[in-house]
Amino acid sequence: MLEVKNLKKSFGDRVILDGVNLTVNDDEILCIVGPSGAGKTTLLRCITGLETPDSGTFLMNGQPFDPQGTKDSDRVIGVVFQDFNLFPNLSVMDNITLAPMMVLKETKKDAEKQAAQLLSELGLSTKGDLYPWQLSGGQKQRVAIARALAMKPKILCYDEPTSALDPNLRQEVAKIILNLKKSGMTQLVVTHDLDFAQEIADNLLKVKPID
Amino acid sequence: MSLNYVFEILPSLFQGAWLTLQIFFWTLVVSIPLGIVVSLGLTSKIRPLQWILEVYVWLMRGTPLLLQLIFVFYGLPIIGIVFQRYDAALVAFILNYAAYFAEIFRGGFQSVSVGQFEAARVLRLSYWQTIRKIIIPQVVKIVIPSIGNEVINLVKDSSLVYVIGLGDLLRAGNVATSRDVTLVPLLLVALIYLILVGICTLVLRRVEKRYSYFK
Repeated sequence: MLEVKNLKKSFGDRVILDGVNLTVNDDEILCIVGPSGAGKTTLLRCITGLETPDSGTFLMNGQPFDPQGTKDSDRVIGVVFQDFNLFPNLSVMDNITLAPMMVLKETKKDAEKQAAQLLSELGLSTKGDLYPWQLSGGQKQRVAIARALAMKPKILCYDEPTSALDPNLRQEVAKIILNLKKSGMTQLVVTHDLDFAQEIADNLLKVKPID
Repeated sequence: MSLNYVFEILPSLFQGAWLTLQIFFWTLVVSIPLGIVVSLGLTSKIRPLQWILEVYVWLMRGTPLLLQLIFVFYGLPIIGIVFQRYDAALVAFILNYAAYFAEIFRGGFQSVSVGQFEAARVLRLSYWQTIRKIIIPQVVKIVIPSIGNEVINLVKDSSLVYVIGLGDLLRAGNVATSRDVTLVPLLLVALIYLILVGICTLVLRRVEKRYSYFK
């Protein structure tokens, strides 16, 4: 269970987050919805350690952690970016195995075995040797999911998972996210798409811009 | 133009070309890594470091390489810093070319999207792991054409060492021309430069091709 308590963030004198509280229960999906400018992305960036909050507490199963920390206990969040941010110079396989090998010190063999497993679960078994430019948008997203999962996060976060894709792929994404939930993944989804959110979410958190 | 004459002067031209190649080689080997390090400094958040490096780049690009060569070899001894001719040439070339390479790499680093750094960060890769495995390969691909230009310039710029009395390819040709009163040595010198640049061009194309596997 992820808990965020009293999260505050301002840029200059513009207050973006003013004491946000949220909880994501185990094996559930929390969707954060709201119009652009409501601070959804800033909230996600604080949780994923890409932005330093002004104040706030992060707890994973009751234990405080630092999203920007480098200890094992801080390494609990996986991220799927809006534009996926795959590494273009690495093959699909290497995109997935790089961090497990360099950070978790897994052997190449173990990392590749795990990556192959993830790829097959995501319907990409034949794509391991391809490079990101050879993939469609939906495939890139699934590689990004596999890359995040390979680091064994306790919770997986998505930034606008539908916005870089064709509208007809929305259903595909929903299916993937719901499948991951079935296999026990806790997930947090930031989106501006309320229909999509209602379809997948166990809980909804609506955010509004602060005047 | 007798073929005998050509064979007579070729050894001295090759000897000159050998020095040209040595300067070319060592300048590249040192100034490219140095340029990468300087470019990281130029893009760093440490203000004083950034400022010092900007002045360095400005000095190196803002004054003629010829002046820098003369300064290192004839100027510095006045304040007690003495270099051998060859070392003086290398120092001047390396400092000068590193500045150009730094600017090229700075542009390269800045054109890699922030998203790449962020993706690496959430995967908990360290700064150097990120630079080495993700950023450098992308930067190299971006900068190859500009680096290529500088490499080709360097082949020809190396002839500037003439001014501090080093026996490079150009000097060898010039000596022969004024001794024998014929154009042949200068034509041969031009031919050798063309061949050297031709080889560089081919190698650079190879490198470019090697990096075409990703986009």
